[in-house]
Amino acid sequence: MSDVYYDTAPPMEARGILTQFGTNVVHQNLDFRVEKGEIVGLVGGSGTGKSVLLNTMLGLREPEGGTIRYFGRDRRDLSPSERAEINNDMGVLFQGGALFSSLTVRENIMAPLREHTDLPVPLMRELADMKIHMVGLPAQAATLYPSDLSGGMKKRAGLARSLALDPKLLFLDEPTAGLDPVGANAFDELILGLRDAMDLTILMITHDLDSLYTICDRVAVLVDKRIAIADSLPKVQAYEHPWVQEYFGGPRSRAALTAGKT
Amino acid sequence: MSSNRNIAPAQYQLTQSGQSITFRASGDWTLNQVAAIDPILTRELEVLEYKNVQYDFSEVGELDTAGAFMFARAVRIGPGQRHKWEVIKGSKGQRTLMEAAADSVWGTPPVESRQWYDSLSRIGSATERFFSEVIETLAFIGKFFSVFFKLIFRPTKIRWKSVIALIEEIGLNAVPIVMTLCFFIGAVIAYMGANLLASFGASVFMVDLVGVSVLRELAPIITAILIAGRSDSAFTAQIGAMKMRQEIDAMTVIGLDTFETLVVPRALACLVSLPILTFLGMMSGIFAGMLIAWLGGLDISPVLFLNRLNEVVGVKSFWVGMVKTPFFAVIIAVIGCRQGLAVTGSVESLGSRTTQSVVQSIFAVIAVNAVFAILFYQMGI
Repeated sequence: MSDVYYDTAPPMEARGILTQFGTNVVHQNLDFRVEKGEIVGLVGGSGTGKSVLLNTMLGLREPEGGTIRYFGRDRRDLSPSERAEINNDMGVLFQGGALFSSLTVRENIMAPLREHTDLPVPLMRELADMKIHMVGLPAQAATLYPSDLSGGMKKRAGLARSLALDPKLLFLDEPTAGLDPVGANAFDELILGLRDAMDLTILMITHDLDSLYTICDRVAVLVDKRIAIADSLPKVQAYEHPWVQEYFGGPRSRAALTAGKT
Repeated sequence: MSSNRNIAPAQYQLTQSGQSITFRASGDWTLNQVAAIDPILTRELEVLEYKNVQYDFSEVGELDTAGAFMFARAVRIGPGQRHKWEVIKGSKGQRTLMEAAADSVWGTPPVESRQWYDSLSRIGSATERFFSEVIETLAFIGKFFSVFFKLIFRPTKIRWKSVIALIEEIGLNAVPIVMTLCFFIGAVIAYMGANLLASFGASVFMVDLVGVSVLRELAPIITAILIAGRSDSAFTAQIGAMKMRQEIDAMTVIGLDTFETLVVPRALACLVSLPILTFLGMMSGIFAGMLIAWLGGLDISPVLFLNRLNEVVGVKSFWVGMVKTPFFAVIIAVIGCRQGLAVTGSVESLGSRTTQSVVQSIFAVIAVNAVFAILFYQMGI
């Protein structure tokens, strides 16, 4: 595999995904692609299978049909060691942070480093502290346990852990849900900053209209068991589909839009 | 993926002119490179005297946070102090990364401190915890009884459905293990008794031995300990998980009393299950003794065994054993539920509370049994 291929291939691509639980078909013929360096927002009604799609894209679950490609390569063709390497290039922030509750924040961030690198422990600690600083946590948070953190701090700590190995592709599952508007804005800013600094490709599941308006380059809409449209916001808003119209034409959306413009 | 790419090794050049140094870097500065370069760079920077740093990133390939952190090594002097720095050549992304890295070396990293007197303070807190555990358990038992008696007079408020489900779980599902264990215990007692008593030519007394020991002590104790291990851990884990997921809080807010909904049904299920299980254990133990007596080389026929059992052991021993079981039942249920409700947010507390609940309930069962033994002895039963 050449450098060129690696650099230009989309970090994540799903083709013809079929997901079903028993007779209940969740996704059918779902095509979705995330291009390098962009921030894509994934929206969809409750129960449309956004989290299932995320798990499929992460490799936590195999789809019943279709293929997932990472950086241009079919997931099923990868050898276990290649797969492990690609996994190190992906970071994920789960909804509740999913921090290991028996470890301090610093140890949480060190966990992937311990597993995948052979750095000396003091250096690991310093790098972990740097990540803590980068996500905007106070330095004192390093020695706290997750149970001592607030919801917003947990998300930041979870983000710091997902960044530990400097991933190229970052999945965020409702990063701003449960944060107050100020905290959510700060989190959005943080994600934008990190994208610029670390050259990240980001896919975020979100219900936060403000996030969609302010930081997403493209918005993908999951309706009718597939990604109906994945495009820039104005085009998505113009898309003729009752759910999409309702979603972006609703009072909350208009409020977020005017707020975003001013 | 990085191993598939050609990695240019990270290299640097430090040139000093007056009070400033120029940090010229080339190659890929990434996570898997920094381990090798960190000690060399640190050593080299230590001997230099300078006031500001100029970075030249024009030849840097890939840069990540770990690499930027290495660059920032040149900036840090000590806690709260750093040199002036600027990036003279480099892309916007590299500048942003460098900024983040330089900012992060600014403060003092917090350290977990351990003092020499930590062990003393731990002994102190452990002692305090022991006493507070005892007091809280007693308070919990008191609260349990107050709710329990209130409910006894209003039986419609008891959650019979969950009581029945719990009886199945605690009682019915435990029948095989309880009966098997008591069978083995009865058989062992019978063999040992037969061996010892045969030397006096009094092997028929093994019937007394098996009867009294199984009925009075072994069957109730074995059953209680088994249920303490089996169901207490389940109680604590269930209620603890509910606590962690704020289900208990939700119940309180909705106005459901946790004692009514969680503790009393479990206690009732134990109260029903334990005597029945003990009875089955007794039968199984006696049956094992009878088998050994008959087939184990003593030639005591089942008829003789049962006659002798009836004559010398009598129904008294049976009742002595049975009367203890409700006490065990309440203790087991209350301790399991109390530990479950004491779980806090962390996974560790769930683990330690589950351990504590099993240890405490087995301890309590044996202690209460000893009290009963003294009581019966003084009463001459």
